[in-house]
Amino acid sequence: MLGIVRQKMLGQSLLKIRPAISVLRSYSSAAKQMTVREALNSALDEEMSADPKVFLMGEEVGEYQGAYKISKGLLEKYGPERVLDTPITEAGFAGIGVGAAYYGLKPVVEFMTFNFSMQAIDHIINSAAKSNYMSAGQMSVPIVFRGPNGAAAGVGAQHSQCYASWYASCPGLKVLSPYSSEDARGLLKAAIRDPDPVVFLENELLYGESFPVSDEVLDSSFCLPIGKAKIERKGKDVTITAFSKMVGYALKAAEILEKEGIDAEVINLRSIRPLDRSTINASVRKTNRLITVEEGFPQHGVGAEIWFEFSL
Amino acid sequence: MALSHLGASASRSSSLLKPLSSALSLRRPISGDNSPLTVETSVPFTSHQCEAPSRSVETNPKELLTFFRDMALMRRMEIAADSLYKAKLIRGFCHLYDGQEAVAVGMEAAITKKDCIITAYRDHCTFVSRGGTLLEVFAELMGRQAGCSKGKGGSMHFYKKDSNFYGGHGIVGAQVPLGCGLAFAQKYSKDETVTFALYGDGAANQGQLFEALNISALWDLPAILVCENNHYGMGTAEWRAAKSPAYYKRGDYVPGLKVDGMDALAVKQACKFAKEHALKNGPIILEMDTYRYHGHSMSDPGSTYRTRDEISGVRQERDPIERIRKLILSHDLATEKELKDVEKEVRKEVDDAIAQAKESPMPEPSELFTNVYAKGLGVESFGADRKEVRATLP
Repeated sequence: MLGIVRQKMLGQSLLKIRPAISVLRSYSSAAKQMTVREALNSALDEEMSADPKVFLMGEEVGEYQGAYKISKGLLEKYGPERVLDTPITEAGFAGIGVGAAYYGLKPVVEFMTFNFSMQAIDHIINSAAKSNYMSAGQMSVPIVFRGPNGAAAGVGAQHSQCYASWYASCPGLKVLSPYSSEDARGLLKAAIRDPDPVVFLENELLYGESFPVSDEVLDSSFCLPIGKAKIERKGKDVTITAFSKMVGYALKAAEILEKEGIDAEVINLRSIRPLDRSTINASVRKTNRLITVEEGFPQHGVGAEIWFEFSL
Repeated sequence: MALSHLGASASRSSSLLKPLSSALSLRRPISGDNSPLTVETSVPFTSHQCEAPSRSVETNPKELLTFFRDMALMRRMEIAADSLYKAKLIRGFCHLYDGQEAVAVGMEAAITKKDCIITAYRDHCTFVSRGGTLLEVFAELMGRQAGCSKGKGGSMHFYKKDSNFYGGHGIVGAQVPLGCGLAFAQKYSKDETVTFALYGDGAANQGQLFEALNISALWDLPAILVCENNHYGMGTAEWRAAKSPAYYKRGDYVPGLKVDGMDALAVKQACKFAKEHALKNGPIILEMDTYRYHGHSMSDPGSTYRTRDEISGVRQERDPIERIRKLILSHDLATEKELKDVEKEVRKEVDDAIAQAKESPMPEPSELFTNVYAKGLGVESFGADRKEVRATLP
């Protein structure tokens, strides 16, 4: 919020010093707003348009326009051969997706929420993640499993679990979790282009949230690197690591702390596996204090893994 | 039986040629020729929701001799693997296919290398029929670098992507949705090829199989589900595991065919029929009535849940190699001595491959960290003390 106001003011002041604008490339004076939903939709659209091997499969992704409208308009644009509505059979369609990836296609398999991915977890781990290793490089699996993860608004215990630590413990998988629209676009594009199986953990409550995006982000070749965290807010007193929805909470907490004179550094992990340990380590070396924030269960969680580094 | 009638007519016509052929036999290679021959299958096909193909199978001497050689090779390979396991050169799991060779060999004769095959863990012979070498098999079983998966897969994880063999899967039933996914990709790419997804009678009750079959039927995928029914899911007989052991009918709305899996020609005919069907009409189920002589794996003597009489009975009455041997001899395509020579040759090939495989080294310790990702990220992996960089993940 404060960020947008700051940018608008900057934009007006920039207009007065026009000739020098070309030097200040990093600021787009009139930042466009984009919801995470639009970001994901546009990323899917662009990747499907660029590569005919990319296709989308899941429950209600086609005629329903997506259970959360993430795949809106895609059926109309790409047809029923590339946007496939499946029956409610996760084990079956996840297996079919992995088989298609074995052959060389690039499936994007949507789980309505990652709670349902447990029905298909054998295919994610045993058929997708381990194949490249067991075949010594013959069978790469360029698949993306995506969908909302973690809690929504009061949906009950069976529909609220965070699977980040479950999937992140498995070698052979890459696990990503975006926060902002820039994250959503860049990471989903990177995931689809990546030749390894990627678990892409979104968040239902973030879908409707708007974030400013620069022209660079809107470009169809925009991609974020996998395995790099982002320092959302620089600070010097305490490091707060978070991913997905919790980044928003961490930033709000940092604002509250600022009023008390504590300068918090907020790291948006973006990539849970591989974890950007060097960014976290550098930050903690600077601040000497660490708070890890996550939605998942604390025991054996993402925070437990980050903490382990510093407990030695 | 129909065989003897054909045999008699063949010998009548060849009696004139006998003096000539015996003079030429020293120079005639045992590879046979392509002159057509029609053989009847042992039993007629039983069908479900479709019309069964004819019992008369078109073949030729060359094909029959190739069947004999390939099955003899597979049989010898599996028996050699048994000895290697008992000598502790192979560790872990080892599931042997001897008795079931006709399925691998008959299927391969009906299709091309562009068609895909995916199977479960009893995959040694299927790998060989797809073009894998004996060295790759034995080296992989012993965990050596010369193995097809460089020693990182083991018995259950043989792959040969360049001839469309997709493994080699340890989780019972998982290979069926994967196979339907391959069929989906073939249809998506408009390749006009099919996928054979093999599974056992034990896996036939898996839910994911029916999930995948449902989707395959809905989307008309060129998927052929082949149930290799050896009548025992590990130690559980089929009648104790399935309320309806008529696996070819279990597809309900999906057509099915029951085939004598010990008759390589019947398998060939059924697979040819299935391929034509799948390309036009979507999925079909083939049930191969077959038998394994060994137990489920090397740790199973195979006699606690079935009698030795049953095993020896099948070996005497239905052995696939003996069937082809009798066929070849009755049609005068080769002499008994020539066939014995083939078996000796094959034995030598297997022994040579084992010797070569034994010389291959074990994988380097650094291989623990390779191939985890197709595109690694240069992420460093530390040891438990987090002080020293042990490896940079490639």
